[in-house]
Amino acid sequence: MNTMGLEEYKGVYVFAQQVDNVLDGVAFELLGKAKDLAKDLDTDVTAVLIGSDVKGLADELAVYGADKVIVVDDPQLKDYRTEPYAHALSSVINEYKPDIMLVGATAIGRDLGPTVSARVATGLTADCTVLEIGDFPLVAAPGKESEQKHNQLLMTRPAFGGNTIATIACPDHRPQMATVRPGVMQKIAPIEGAKANIVEFNPGFEPNNRYVEILNVVKAVKTAANIMDAKILVSGGRGVGSKENFKLLDDLAEVLNATVSCSRAVVENGWQPVDLQVGQTGKTVRPQIYFAIGISGAIQHVAGMEDSDLIVAINKDEDAPIFDVADYGLVGDLNKIVPALTAALKAEMA
Amino acid sequence: MKIVVCVKQVPDTKGGVQFNPDGTLNRAAMLTIMNPDDKAGLEAALRIKEENGAEVTVVTMGLPKADEVLREAMAMGADKGILVTDRVLGGADTWATSTTLAGAIRNLEYDLIITGRQAIDGDTAQVGPQIAEHLGLPVISYAQNIKVDGDAVVIERQYEDRYHELKVTMPCLITALSELNEPRYMTPGGIFDAYEKDVTVWGRPDLKDVDDANLGLKGSPTKIAKASDKVRKGAGEKVVLDTDEAVAYLMGKFKEKHII
Repeated sequence: MNTMGLEEYKGVYVFAQQVDNVLDGVAFELLGKAKDLAKDLDTDVTAVLIGSDVKGLADELAVYGADKVIVVDDPQLKDYRTEPYAHALSSVINEYKPDIMLVGATAIGRDLGPTVSARVATGLTADCTVLEIGDFPLVAAPGKESEQKHNQLLMTRPAFGGNTIATIACPDHRPQMATVRPGVMQKIAPIEGAKANIVEFNPGFEPNNRYVEILNVVKAVKTAANIMDAKILVSGGRGVGSKENFKLLDDLAEVLNATVSCSRAVVENGWQPVDLQVGQTGKTVRPQIYFAIGISGAIQHVAGMEDSDLIVAINKDEDAPIFDVADYGLVGDLNKIVPALTAALKAEMA
Repeated sequence: MKIVVCVKQVPDTKGGVQFNPDGTLNRAAMLTIMNPDDKAGLEAALRIKEENGAEVTVVTMGLPKADEVLREAMAMGADKGILVTDRVLGGADTWATSTTLAGAIRNLEYDLIITGRQAIDGDTAQVGPQIAEHLGLPVISYAQNIKVDGDAVVIERQYEDRYHELKVTMPCLITALSELNEPRYMTPGGIFDAYEKDVTVWGRPDLKDVDDANLGLKGSPTKIAKASDKVRKGAGEKVVLDTDEAVAYLMGKFKEKHII
């Protein structure tokens, strides 16, 4: 691995993911974070836009904070494929030498990131939830103060199914690469009318054995929602009372653009399909908000949802164990509270 | 054809995470299992073996105890097991791990390499694509369906809102999703055979075309600055209010948190 000349690497770069020539929200979120990091490092933010006929998207990246946009535009890059995209991004890294390279932890980014990191021989930290600039080691060993490195990217991520947290640095290699979970970072307030400073770059795309053939692109008809990908889950338990009464939860979910999930008792009663079951025998979820409605909170259920960022419990039983993990617990009748909450949210968002 | 499947022995985080009284993880009390995505990858390989005929070799890197996961794979129907274990390999990040596994696989003949998408202890999804990169192979991650078609493989590659049907000429590397299939159980005969067979054990000297500088803790570009078991969060606020007050309370909290 080449560990020489680290100081040549400058700037915070963001892979601006687009699919079907529409930028992914995570690109704007990463730009927001990149702005903070760039400020601490006294440098600027560059978006790397890769695709076919995508130049028109560059201004949108400027609106969300990109000081510069490197556009790699080639017909080979129309739909995502690992090889031409990895070639594009690693060529950009080799040419422009970023200090930091951020990629969204999406189904694309979690394939592109590792491939590129192996190709340019640097480290990659996956699925980060916190990024900050700091020292490595965090505290210098006595007498070894001069060996402590400053202005390092410190990348914090959950591991072990969310049961442990680690902060990771990449002190001797550049760029410092991280993938970041969508929905975690904040985009900046748009800078209306901003125009991109565009740099066009094309490293050449000669198909080889690593260019796979796309036979078909099959877009999902929205059927069974994947509760593991949902940002907000409205989850119901035995206390909901009947299949029909899940309508209350459907209505709340609709206002919040959320997905409905459930406990095991609900599946056993045949009120909801097993795909929607949260818990030890169902799925492990960690949405930004988890509504536990009429769920008592048996340990098997809690094991599948306790890592949610925010837990709201509604239950008429004051002693229900779900209140032990809830951030906000409402003791009361879900048949009254849920429709009233739906109405209040509807009014607020109108 | 020849298939290499990479598997990892992991603590069973799904089957009941155990905590110490202080809220830290009780690792000693946790059982180990074959990583679920890897098991789906192995099952896919065994189905190809049944339909097309193939030799399935399972490779793992880990402590000597990881021998168990190879025995399990052989009891399911894998033909050979290779354990890569050496003190100098310890503390490896994904770069050093993928470098090690690539060094082991270079000794083998293969048409297809299958890994799981990610392991449930690290959740990185990096080792598969990085092995492919080290070996110069095409990689197809997130496979939800695999079919052999002559000297090529047709794969459904999953994304959030779609899948791509891809065709790639072998050799190639595929990372498997758990939803690919329902892995078979070990058979009693299979278990018996698995313990009769030998597991091949390789150490550092057996790795091909690998530089010492890229192995183990020393060869890992990423370094842990700080690690802690997540202390489980306790109860938040619990309120007993009438309906209107309860809704007003929650709306206030949502505004405070910039949720609405």
